[in-house]
Amino acid sequence: MSIDWQNFTPLASLAGGVVIGISAGLLAARSGRILGVSGFVSGLFDRDKEWTARLALIAGLILAPLLIGTVHTLPSALPDVGWPVVIAGGLLVGFGTRLASGCTSGHGVCGLSRLSLRSAVATGAFMASAFATVFVLRHIA
Amino acid sequence: MRPLFALAIGLLFGAGLCLSGMTAPAKVQGFLDIAGAWDPSLAFVMAGAIGVGLFLFRVARRRLPPPSHRVDVALVVGSLLFGVGWGLVGYCPGPALAAIGSLDPKALAFVAAMIAGTGLQRLVASLRLSAAGFVATDVDRSVTAEACGA
Repeated sequence: MSIDWQNFTPLASLAGGVVIGISAGLLAARSGRILGVSGFVSGLFDRDKEWTARLALIAGLILAPLLIGTVHTLPSALPDVGWPVVIAGGLLVGFGTRLASGCTSGHGVCGLSRLSLRSAVATGAFMASAFATVFVLRHIA
Repeated sequence: MRPLFALAIGLLFGAGLCLSGMTAPAKVQGFLDIAGAWDPSLAFVMAGAIGVGLFLFRVARRRLPPPSHRVDVALVVGSLLFGVGWGLVGYCPGPALAAIGSLDPKALAFVAAMIAGTGLQRLVASLRLSAAGFVATDVDRSVTAEACGA
């Protein structure tokens, strides 16, 4: 293992994390909702009275990089992988996060902030399999 | 949850993702590649988010039901599957949605597949639930029959 100093951005990443934590905390404090993105996506299938609000949050999430992109060049979003991997990855992320009732935001940020054992187990599991996947991808396959 | 407030939270959350570097799949994979040239940045994202979160969620605890500590097979298997997908492409759900605006065909395909996967899990869960419902109905019937002396 060696540290990739060239791409290491401790301050920006810490600051970004703080902003993420504030947004999740504000939603919890004011609306009593957990900011879990996979849950919000899943909620698009439920046409209840919160449907518009869920869509609005997702719209904000989509708009943010576009607004920031007008004043600051953001790194390319292009994943450097083949089409079958893109599709398989998307299916796994969608299916897996719903089976586990949460993703990086719901379990990783909100759940860990609430000291939930359930979220700690989920976060440990998805981090472990993500590390293992990249290891196989880059060092074995 | 008011739509306008939800929009503002989405904008703030999205800005945080951009600032943190999580919207760049290559950077995410750089963090996950612990055996290669490791970029530890995303550990700082978690530290920042949870550092603030510990305080804010404590303030908000009366607005939320108590956190669950239930650990089951679905939680572990689902999380393991999610991690594989995350590692393969470098997108978790938030950054994937944030990439929609780039109109990058692969990012759009990933989001479409992610929504399809979500729908598929919901379908499987509802089928299992209705199957369980039939079982419960059968039990109810036999209980009712017993109660009637049948």
